[in-house]
Amino acid sequence: MGLGTIDWARAAAPMLAAFLASLVEFVEALTIVLAVGTVAGWAPALGGAAAGLALLAALVVLLGPALASVPVAPLQLAIGLLLLLFGARWLRKAVLRSAGRLALHDETAAFAAETAALRQAIGRAVAWTTAFKAVVIEGVEVIFIVLAIGTAGRMLVPATAGALLALALVLVAGILLHRPLARVPENALKFTVGLLAASFGLFWIGEGLGFAWPGGDLAIPALALCWAVLALALIRTLRRGAAA
Amino acid sequence: MTLLRTILAELWGLFVDDGLLALGLVLWVALAAILLPILGLEWVGGPALFLGAALVFAASVLRRS
Repeated sequence: MGLGTIDWARAAAPMLAAFLASLVEFVEALTIVLAVGTVAGWAPALGGAAAGLALLAALVVLLGPALASVPVAPLQLAIGLLLLLFGARWLRKAVLRSAGRLALHDETAAFAAETAALRQAIGRAVAWTTAFKAVVIEGVEVIFIVLAIGTAGRMLVPATAGALLALALVLVAGILLHRPLARVPENALKFTVGLLAASFGLFWIGEGLGFAWPGGDLAIPALALCWAVLALALIRTLRRGAAA
Repeated sequence: MTLLRTILAELWGLFVDDGLLALGLVLWVALAAILLPILGLEWVGGPALFLGAALVFAASVLRRS
């Protein structure tokens, strides 16, 4: 699919989902790379991160064409199921955090823990490997998210654009701030991505099984709305239960 | 090898947190895929998929309360 043939109105939702999900993962990778750079110097931190990015690029080159050759219906079913599991997991976590049943993720605490651990085991090789692992582990998750959101609906270009935009944003913020992005509203991001991923997932499962969706593609925003109503109702119920 | 194991564990953790939620969703999709065509209900297949998934999700969240 070329840039000129993309229906950008339809592409907005997958692009947004890929952008927000990738943003969460990139922020986590940035926290560790910044911790490495602060403690052990920027050469091993940036070297490890660059090597990790190179490995991820090679993975994309290998995986992309392989997925394109799989028939659409089984692909929609498999990817839909994975997206539903991923979305439901993030949405559940966001609901439990909003209701006060789970602790919020704290990038400042993660940064402090990582720098403390690095000071114990300081060394160029350890620093390089830590940055490399952080970028590869979080990056593999981003690749899965982009492929899952993009492939089943033939929206790989917008989904990739969303992820690259998130990467650019995190890189610029990292260069400017030189400290972890503690003010990113991670729970709100996970809530939104959970809604979108669960909606895309269910939609693709239905398409893969040949089930009817009222309104065709419009069922996706309708599903997101239904998930949102359910999640907000659950947060309210849990908060009431805690207050009683 | 450790890196590969870590990546596989991260990928598994990307989909499975509460095992019962994951199992419930997979079972519901399998059940719907088998039963709805037998009952001739493919025309409400999409909304039925959502209702089942929503029930499994709500049960998983409320189990924590």
